[in-house]
Amino acid sequence: MKSADLTRFCAGSLAGYPLRTGLMFLAMAIGVASVVILTALGEGARIYVSQQFSSLGTHLLIVIPGRSETTGGPPPLLGETPRDLTIDDAMALLRSSAVRKVAPIMIGGALVSYENRSREVFIMGSTPDLYDVRDLKIAQGRFLPKGDVDRAEAVCVLGQKLKTELFGNTSPLGRFVRIGQRRFRVIGVLTKKGQSLGMDISDVAIIPVASSSALFNQSSLFRILIQAANTDAVARAKRSVLETIRNRHDGEDDITIITQDALLSTFDRILKVLTYAVAAIAAISLTVAGILIMNIMLIAVSQRTAEIGLLKAIGAPGSQIMRIFISESAMLSLVGAAAGLIVSALGVMVIGRLFPFFPVRAPFWAPVAAVAVAVGAGLLFGWLPAKRAADFDPVLALSSR
Amino acid sequence: MIRLEGIERIFEVGDETVYALSNVDLTVEQGEYVSIMGPSGSGKSTLLNILGLLDRPDKGVYHFEDIDTIHLSDKQQAHVRRHKIGFIFQFFHLVARLTAEQNVELPMILAGIDARERKQRVHEALGRMGLNERMKHRPDQLSGGQRQRVAIARSTIMNPAIILADEPTGNLDRASGMDVIRTIEDLNKQGMTVVMVTHDPELGGRTGRQVRMEDGRIIRDTSDERALA
Ligand SMILES: Nc1ncnc2c1ncn2[C@@H]1O[C@H](COP(=O)(O)OP(=O)(O)OP(=O)(O)O)[C@@H](O)[C@H]1O
Ligand SMILES: [Mg+2]
Repeated sequence: MKSADLTRFCAGSLAGYPLRTGLMFLAMAIGVASVVILTALGEGARIYVSQQFSSLGTHLLIVIPGRSETTGGPPPLLGETPRDLTIDDAMALLRSSAVRKVAPIMIGGALVSYENRSREVFIMGSTPDLYDVRDLKIAQGRFLPKGDVDRAEAVCVLGQKLKTELFGNTSPLGRFVRIGQRRFRVIGVLTKKGQSLGMDISDVAIIPVASSSALFNQSSLFRILIQAANTDAVARAKRSVLETIRNRHDGEDDITIITQDALLSTFDRILKVLTYAVAAIAAISLTVAGILIMNIMLIAVSQRTAEIGLLKAIGAPGSQIMRIFISESAMLSLVGAAAGLIVSALGVMVIGRLFPFFPVRAPFWAPVAAVAVAVGAGLLFGWLPAKRAADFDPVLALSSR
Repeated sequence: MIRLEGIERIFEVGDETVYALSNVDLTVEQGEYVSIMGPSGSGKSTLLNILGLLDRPDKGVYHFEDIDTIHLSDKQQAHVRRHKIGFIFQFFHLVARLTAEQNVELPMILAGIDARERKQRVHEALGRMGLNERMKHRPDQLSGGQRQRVAIARSTIMNPAIILADEPTGNLDRASGMDVIRTIEDLNKQGMTVVMVTHDPELGGRTGRQVRMEDGRIIRDTSDERALA
């Protein structure tokens, strides 16, 4: 039997039973479409998260006082407490060519008040570099002025929420607020940027780091944010930071450096695994489609008993009957899978329209895997009915009408 | 051409053993026109199925054109059916979704014959059956007699050595039955061997040789009588 004839014969018998064929086709199409759409959503989530991360500011390194590593040797017997990170430590880091910007951060809580309104918030002492390192945006006025880090200027920049709580709709620029026991002039207001790195940046007041040092009477930094010169310089920046601090801390490695890449790749890994898991779950629906195909093919075989008997009588051996029926389920799965791909493409497009900020797109392997599983299921579950057809006793098959 | 010796076919139904055929010897020569008659259940169809390699005997020897068919594989038997044997059934057994043309074409499709050659042979065969106008009709758009003539065209399309017909007129009225018989007789006149099972003594009377069966045995064969005479 020529393959063109085989194809035409199978297509003809599939078309001969439209309801049955339609049902199997639908099951396959839904299976394939759900695999592709679900993986597209998973992949979209991954891309979305990595985009959110890069909006934190590019090439970010975070330096935290104290070692948080658990590798290597026993804990030091001479219970050495880690040295504080100071403003001078932070500024020393700038000497490396791998480091572009450094923003020391000192954190403290204080009551901020204006006229009769007050609010207890975090006060963040930092430098003008914070603006670029954290990719902040100014709604009104300006950010902290450039100049000597040691100068304790009495100016502050308010987060959007804090500003609204204290000033309502009136402009705070040029007004004085009281932070703790000191008076600060408001020079700017941040836009609503919301939550980032676990802190609500709209409910803070930012003051020069020297002012916060004086305000809280402390010299230790909460952490240091660093922007590397570029992506390739991140590793070099990390080495140079470690070395600089070690030199300044009597040879002790008493800091922890978190790179944004490390965080990002962790999330990336988690979401990739999630996408695979979702794809695997969706693949179950393909198996269900396969079982449906098997059932319907079994019915088809018993309804076409007389035809099978005839084919045998006119010279088709069992192997040829088998090939005909397997080809039917394979063709059906293939066409169903193709329809599923079209449906999933439309689905992805519609989701893209409805949620423009969410980057849905199926990874390249998803449609390939979906079609492979669909055709595999068609072949696997088409095998049993085909075998049954091939094994029919032609005399009995012909006596049924 | 055909030589059966000591053929036995047994069916087990529950605890009962049915001897559908017992100790059947039969020889058919090239070009013969043989009818098989007998009461219902006497084993006529069973014999025909064994002749057509659709069924295997439980005992005995079957030589088809000097081939020992008993020891052929499923595939080899299918090959013999395809090229040497044409079947005509009481219930036509046309594929309902296919047109007359496509039904006749089917054996050639299975055999992998070229589309152009197929077309030509189908047209010739249906033309000989007087069905030129009905080529694109599906079975349900044809009369019983027309359907059986399509089936005859299909059974002869591979130029078989023998035609096996199991009550080919059993489902037809008298007139179209006669039509079909004449068609079959024409084939025989052109040299085709024909073995036909029938209930109709009148049809049986027309054949050159009559075989009568009862209880799974051949009880009378006109060719033996001639040999004895
Ligand atoms: N598959 C089977 N299983 C059990 N018994 C069978 C089977 N096929 C045939 N038989 C038995 O074998 C015997 C011969 O059957 P067969 O069909 O050859 O008769 P027949 O001469 O063709 O009858 P009819 O004229 O009614 O068609 C019958 O007794 C029948 O019941
Ligand atoms: Mg019978």
